[in-house]
Amino acid sequence: MQSTQSSFENLRKDFPILQRTVRDNKRLVYLDNASTTQKPNQVIDAINDYYRNYNANTHRAVYALAEESTAAYEATRDKIANFVNIKDRQEIIFVRGTTEAINLVAYAWGRPHIKEGDIIITTEYEHHSNIVPWQLLTQEKGAKIEYIRMDDNGELILDDLDKFLATGKVKLVAFSLMSNVLGTITDAEKIVEKCKAADVLTLIDGAQAVPHMKVDVEKLGCDFFAFSGHKMLGPTGIGVLWVRKSILETMSPFHGGGDMIREVHKYETTWNDLPYKFEAGTPNIADVIGFGAAIDYLSKIGMENIREHEIELTKYAIEKLSKVKGLHIYGTKDISKRGGVISFNFADVHPHDVAQIIDEEGIAVRSGHHCAQVLMERLDVAATSRASFYIYNTKEDVDVLVNSLNKVAEVFKL
Amino acid sequence: MSGNADIYHEMIIDYSRNPVNYGEIKDHDVTFHDANPLCGDSIDIDMKIDDKKVTDIKFHGKGCAICMACSSVLTEITKGKSLDEVQKIAKDDVLSELGLEHLQAVRIKCALLSLKVLKGALYTYLADHLKDSEDVDKLKEEAANLY
Repeated sequence: MQSTQSSFENLRKDFPILQRTVRDNKRLVYLDNASTTQKPNQVIDAINDYYRNYNANTHRAVYALAEESTAAYEATRDKIANFVNIKDRQEIIFVRGTTEAINLVAYAWGRPHIKEGDIIITTEYEHHSNIVPWQLLTQEKGAKIEYIRMDDNGELILDDLDKFLATGKVKLVAFSLMSNVLGTITDAEKIVEKCKAADVLTLIDGAQAVPHMKVDVEKLGCDFFAFSGHKMLGPTGIGVLWVRKSILETMSPFHGGGDMIREVHKYETTWNDLPYKFEAGTPNIADVIGFGAAIDYLSKIGMENIREHEIELTKYAIEKLSKVKGLHIYGTKDISKRGGVISFNFADVHPHDVAQIIDEEGIAVRSGHHCAQVLMERLDVAATSRASFYIYNTKEDVDVLVNSLNKVAEVFKL
Repeated sequence: MSGNADIYHEMIIDYSRNPVNYGEIKDHDVTFHDANPLCGDSIDIDMKIDDKKVTDIKFHGKGCAICMACSSVLTEITKGKSLDEVQKIAKDDVLSELGLEHLQAVRIKCALLSLKVLKGALYTYLADHLKDSEDVDKLKEEAANLY
């Protein structure tokens, strides 16, 4: 597939929701992709097909339907391994999403390994899902949580990391590969390198990065990696946790129940092999299969092409938005260091009011703190408006957004 | 403009641009803070209370136009009222003042944050000064069920 705007525009026909209108018969301009993405027919059909034709529980039964459902479920594990370059499929655990993945690590790795006085590092631009689980863990253990600060350009101040590592007390550094508010792409390789030299584990939240650029987990060299299906055309309620096997083997189970056991007796139980030890209960089979279809869809387009498309759109949007008087864009203007996420404030108009007024034009943007209140404090704002792009967005979408801001200016007499 | 954006009429914009009773009361008798967990808006209300009457009230914080306008109107309604009367202020008293009776569900939280803070301030005051546990419990329940 060629990376031209027109070929991306052609993809829109695969997304039934993009054919509908909203409000007063307005074309839907969906710009909340950092939150969740729309689903193509291919994904919807795959889920439908499972329920219509081979719905059965996985792994145990011997009949034909179960064989088919197990094969389709496990096929997604292989697709994921290929997609983000994971060598060992046993290291891939299906979870509900990135939030559950990080909580799993905090619980199953953190509880046996973190002790009083230990330090866990995260950053000022994390999503709450990469802050709160560590607060819970460190509070329980009498350990500490520290933050790598962010500079005014929206980039991490890595000197902070050196300072913390020098204490010798750091056990884990957890950070996102791309900020969900500023779009900043983290210099992960540098962080991992520093941590490796200090013998400290790293967890990468890939929820924002994996849908938008080529990610190579093997090359990143981290120890834990998590991402979510619904932010990359897949269904909600399905995500991935990858853990390096040598570490996975030292972790306690997360949930007890069916499928995660080898043998259960009255007073003791032995655990199933990896990764099933961490997949208790009937899994989210349909959505795992739908997730597989989403990965097929993205692979066909090619992640390099997707990144290129979003760079072009983001560049165009920043250019246009920068010309709107009174509009302030947060984060770096260096397009090579940011994804297709643009957070902004418009004069002194509250983002809620901006979002509501432009909603009348059919535009879906997010307004609020984006589950990143630590970052909002750092930026000294209550909230921002956020437009975030994906494969089906066009320059026309950006134009509609920019024009709609005139309405906001009109209403608020700017 | 049509539909939901109709809420942005002159009065709302004026109040949000020039909020009334905005600020702090340094020697307040009671102060209360609450935030809307969904959008991060936060409001503080300070009150001076003499002889079971609200003699002065100010609010400050961060919020959208709806939140700021409603906070202004609410403080105007509250000033000079007895604590019994303050207790009876209902959400429609605020919403109708600004023509927001049909506000969509997602924005109701913006409109009523200050009322929630006011009720919180009131029960804090009552609990601290009047030891009237029945009233306090009733107010707590009312505040919890506001939206």
